[in-house]
Amino acid sequence: MKRSITRLLMAPSVIMLLVWMIIPLSMTIYFSTIRYNLLYPGQNNFVGWMNFEFFITDPGFIPAVSNTLILLLSVLIITVVLGVMLSALIDKPFFGQGIVRVLLISPFFIMPTVNALIWKNMMMNPVYGIFAWISESLGFEPIDWLSSYPLMSVIIMVSWQWLPFAILVFVTALQSQDTEQKEAAQMDGATGWHIFRYLTIPHLARPIAVVVMIETIFLLAVFAEIFVSTGGGPGYDSTNLAYLIYNQALLQYDVGVASAGGLFAVLLANIVAFFLIRAVGKNLTV
Amino acid sequence: MTLNQQRKLKTFLTGLFAWTVALVLFFPIFWMFITSFKTELQAISVPPSLFFEPTLDNFRIVQERSDYIHHAWNSVVTSFGSTIIALIIAIPAAYSMAFFPGKKTKDILLWMLSTKMLPAVGVLVPIYILCRDYGLLDSKTALVIIFTLMNLPIIVWMLFSYFKDLPKEILEAARMDGATPWDEVVKVVLPLSVGAISSTALLSIVLCWNEAFWSLNLTASDAAPLTAMIASYSSPEGLFWAKLSAASTLACAPIVIFGWFCQKQLVQGLTFGAVK
Repeated sequence: MKRSITRLLMAPSVIMLLVWMIIPLSMTIYFSTIRYNLLYPGQNNFVGWMNFEFFITDPGFIPAVSNTLILLLSVLIITVVLGVMLSALIDKPFFGQGIVRVLLISPFFIMPTVNALIWKNMMMNPVYGIFAWISESLGFEPIDWLSSYPLMSVIIMVSWQWLPFAILVFVTALQSQDTEQKEAAQMDGATGWHIFRYLTIPHLARPIAVVVMIETIFLLAVFAEIFVSTGGGPGYDSTNLAYLIYNQALLQYDVGVASAGGLFAVLLANIVAFFLIRAVGKNLTV
Repeated sequence: MTLNQQRKLKTFLTGLFAWTVALVLFFPIFWMFITSFKTELQAISVPPSLFFEPTLDNFRIVQERSDYIHHAWNSVVTSFGSTIIALIIAIPAAYSMAFFPGKKTKDILLWMLSTKMLPAVGVLVPIYILCRDYGLLDSKTALVIIFTLMNLPIIVWMLFSYFKDLPKEILEAARMDGATPWDEVVKVVLPLSVGAISSTALLSIVLCWNEAFWSLNLTASDAAPLTAMIASYSSPEGLFWAKLSAASTLACAPIVIFGWFCQKQLVQGLTFGAVK
């Protein structure tokens, strides 16, 4: 059929996404080369690489990059490892499976701001929180999670949100696993571990690739959890790149430096995407 | 123990384990829900109280103080509005890519997905400035436009992976009977993919409803959806846990209940149909 018509049908999507990508990105590139502080309008002279220098030498820069990567990797590992183990354990018929499914997926629908508020206050508060009550009942000193382990607290909140997603994807995938193959392996004397290692894990390769890819897209951009719970602190202990740039742009009004940071975030996302596509891409087909 | 008994025990243990995991993961939500019916004093009592006389005061106060209905309406308008617009743009594109694939189709799809890898912070500043210059700060219009573009790649992908699996013969038969491309889409493809389109729409609505980066940065009060309203409870009023819980319960309840009914389609959708 008429090439032109197919092109015409695709045009709106392609053009809108191109505009959405190119206009803001070129503005970011332009802003990153000029002096642009909202507090000092009119002094927008060209400064070359200075904004990049400022951003990279900012005391928050190194912590922000490492926090971004630690957050990404920890949540990926926690959700994939726990997700695979838990889904393999509950992938058998039992009483109330439907309700368990519904309960399990619920955290995925909780908005990030609410997620952070529940954990910050009701769970992790060192005086009135559930965790404090548990550790006191067991005879330990309660921990002030948000100030002693800020990054770990954020990791817990984000993992809580994404673990259900991983479990559900894996459970769905396991339902299509060949039971005859499993039974045959059992007949031949394979232990539970062997079946898990040599049948279940390979079967899950593709779902794991999908989970890793989708989570990465969202995890590189974690913002609301930090904004609401720790505010990036104490110091820069729980600041990630997204939060650092937000801080530069909307709290310090320095558009130039924030734009340089934004470009750096784009670069980092591309590096991660490159490795990701190499690592999991072979498991994905269009 | 007989083999049958052994099997029963195994089922029981699996069930016990699954329930424990589910209840532990669900506990924070349960606790938020319970706390929203407590008085402020009960909310911070140590040890935590499970039995108390429930009160609806918190919900009334939340509505009075931060006008829940107003923010909920903003959430509804932005998430449904942007989903409908994105579907209208995406359906033709997915249709043409699935049924008339060219050499570049795969590249275009991957490129679309790669726009999702572009971190929002990378373009925060220009979008903020554009909105400021066009008077769109704190407006629903800006959020609808951004949400539409934000979810467009995912929506095209999902629809594409569903359309791709439709039997091509049906379309050919329709064409033989003299159907125009327009007829093909409206009378053949759309009726066959009602389920696919609705689960795509559901996913898009959930993602918009819970979107927090743009709504926190671009809205203040007039256009603030529920995600932004909740953030205003973070401090120092965050200490009023019962009210905070009531506001949170109100903000999440619609989408959680919505999600319960369609969790299966959502998972299939979010994995681009790669997991069945």
